[in-house]
Amino acid sequence: MKKASWVIMALVTVVFVVSWIAKSSSYNGETDNYIAQGFLVTFAAFLTLSIMSFLYKDNPFYKFAEHLFVGISAAFWMCMGFWSTIVGNLIPRLSSSLSEWFKVPYIESDYNIAFYVPVVLGILLLMRLSSKRGWLSRWPLAFIVGTTAGLNFIRYLRSDFIKQISATLVPLVVDWQGVGHFFSTFSLSASGQFVAIVTNWVVFLGVFCGLIYFFFSKEHTGAFGRASRVGIWVLMITFGASFGYTVMGRISLLVGRITFLFKDWLEIIG
Amino acid sequence: MKYKLLIVSLLLLGGSVMVSAQTEAPPPDSTAAVIDSSLFPAPVSLLEAFDTDNDHGHAVTLEWETSADDGVGMNSVIRYEVYRWVPSLLDTLAALNSNISEIRGRLLRDEDLPDDESVLASLREQFDMVLDGLEAAHAAYPENGEWRKIGASPSGETGYSNTGSKERGNSEFLPDFCDLYYRVDAVTADTDIRTASVIVGPVQSSGQWINSGRYPVLWAVLIFGFLTIWFVRRARKGAELYVRPLAGIEAVDDAIGRATEMGRPILYVLGLGSAADVATIASFTILGRVAKRVAEYQTQLLVPTYDPIVMSVAQEVVKSAYFDAGRADAYQDDIVHFVTQSQFAYVAAVNGIMLRELPATNVYMGKFFAESLLLAETGALAGSIQISGTDEIAQIPFFIVACDYTLIGEELYAASAYLGREPVLLGSLKAQDYAKAAVIVLGTIGIIAANLDWTAFTSLFRVAN
Repeated sequence: MKKASWVIMALVTVVFVVSWIAKSSSYNGETDNYIAQGFLVTFAAFLTLSIMSFLYKDNPFYKFAEHLFVGISAAFWMCMGFWSTIVGNLIPRLSSSLSEWFKVPYIESDYNIAFYVPVVLGILLLMRLSSKRGWLSRWPLAFIVGTTAGLNFIRYLRSDFIKQISATLVPLVVDWQGVGHFFSTFSLSASGQFVAIVTNWVVFLGVFCGLIYFFFSKEHTGAFGRASRVGIWVLMITFGASFGYTVMGRISLLVGRITFLFKDWLEIIG
Repeated sequence: MKYKLLIVSLLLLGGSVMVSAQTEAPPPDSTAAVIDSSLFPAPVSLLEAFDTDNDHGHAVTLEWETSADDGVGMNSVIRYEVYRWVPSLLDTLAALNSNISEIRGRLLRDEDLPDDESVLASLREQFDMVLDGLEAAHAAYPENGEWRKIGASPSGETGYSNTGSKERGNSEFLPDFCDLYYRVDAVTADTDIRTASVIVGPVQSSGQWINSGRYPVLWAVLIFGFLTIWFVRRARKGAELYVRPLAGIEAVDDAIGRATEMGRPILYVLGLGSAADVATIASFTILGRVAKRVAEYQTQLLVPTYDPIVMSVAQEVVKSAYFDAGRADAYQDDIVHFVTQSQFAYVAAVNGIMLRELPATNVYMGKFFAESLLLAETGALAGSIQISGTDEIAQIPFFIVACDYTLIGEELYAASAYLGREPVLLGSLKAQDYAKAAVIVLGTIGIIAANLDWTAFTSLFRVAN
């Protein structure tokens, strides 16, 4: 390690300790465990800044925060999976003696022999750890992929296919009462007739040209190709709007972390 | 007019007799005595209660004609209150359930009292007995029960859906196959001035096996299934099914070649989807193709995964690809490895891999969420060629701006067919194209129908939830 790295490490350690002492002092009187509270806030700020340091480049602080985050989260989700799914849901419905062992109440009324199916599939899934019986793990995988793909097929067909068709069936001429009425009531307001007509035309052309773009078994040439170009333009404009909308959401996340640093840690803002 | 008045008076009389006999809601006699009877609104008429169609049970629908004083007449009705006769046994059930939950909570927190286990067993027995007696309790109407308000509809409304809970022991539990009785009160601004309808019942709720509101889905499944089988059979017979080239997939081979020349690994990210997501399934096919090429070129492949099941499937896919390429010896289990099931921890780890291993090519195929830009931006900073594909519409823009090639939505599924060239995939892709053509044709007819107000056609595409 270079000398500069040692200096930076020492500096960060000093800042951390000073911050810990300062935060603990500020919590003194407010809570009994003010030292632990001060440590937690300082450590959270340290981890936030460590992750943010990635904007500069990969560095030991980022590596530390990354490994800590990955390790803790992996262990946490494994524990959650075991205690909430197996112990919390399965065991109380299967075995009174195991329920007693895990100190969870046995739910006799919910007993169902069908619960043995996931038990068997789960055990088969673990068979992949065995070099000789590893092939057995393919059965539960096939079951999981097959059943859920079948279930999703119906769901997607309903929500992404039939409902989409239904939503596209809009009149292209809304509330038409003649040319005179159209021009006499002409307005650019969102609830006006003109905007309603334009909206429905955009839906109509956008859907059909978009669908043409997603035709894979025909070359996109000639009129078909031109419609496909319109389709991709419609998609790109939609993506642009979606991009802006999502970025706004991300900024609110950043604001959350900045607020933590300046309010909870540094106490600069009230 | 005379007859009308007579009928209204009789109904009022009948209604108030019933209300005073069986409800908690009607005005006390003393109040009724001082209220001018002409102020009482006309009751709702033609009240009907029937089992709600196309549901899983535990729901009853009520329909009625509005009161003669709703919007017209005295115009005094402000809402309709719906009452159901509830046997006291349902309250007993809820109370038992509450006690059971309390003891279970104590046991879970390890704060159990010495005799909690036996009390719990006894409560469970009582709960089951009460549950068994519910049918008889409902049939014993009007004994041992009371009228209870279950909801209200504003004036002008002519219906109400009483959707109860299917959870036994829940205070809103509405048992199936039990006799249920309802009435609807026309209520004025002064809630003491109200008129009850005739009582309807018994009606029983039950679930249906077939949801007739979803017939359009059934037709779509049959048509799409037929098209798929038809084209799969054609593909198996050797018919040439054209699939237009996709730039993102064409680039995969070049990107693998680049990685080989540079001596750097290829990073393949399957996203955050489960093994059941269509995008992840499509991604497995592409991973198989990439892994085969990687094995042939003897390049290094890195596949960090988010989901343990996805990891298992991906390991099988990569293993098969290495075997197919005749490089079984080069396969290692840790090519595909599990990271964590925490979204941003996974991102942190993959970003770290990108900057430390410096892969020449990053492939993101599958289901992505908020991490898409974080991954793609880091990959771009690391100077990798990036190819992405997802069906998550909100994430596609991020991939478009940060990656060299992006497969948009269904292109991801088409890519797996294009690469695999398997008859099943090609056949389903062809069937999808025909389905799209059908959408265009039906949509055009539907738009004409919508313009002509021809609802018979447009209603063909209405699907119940």
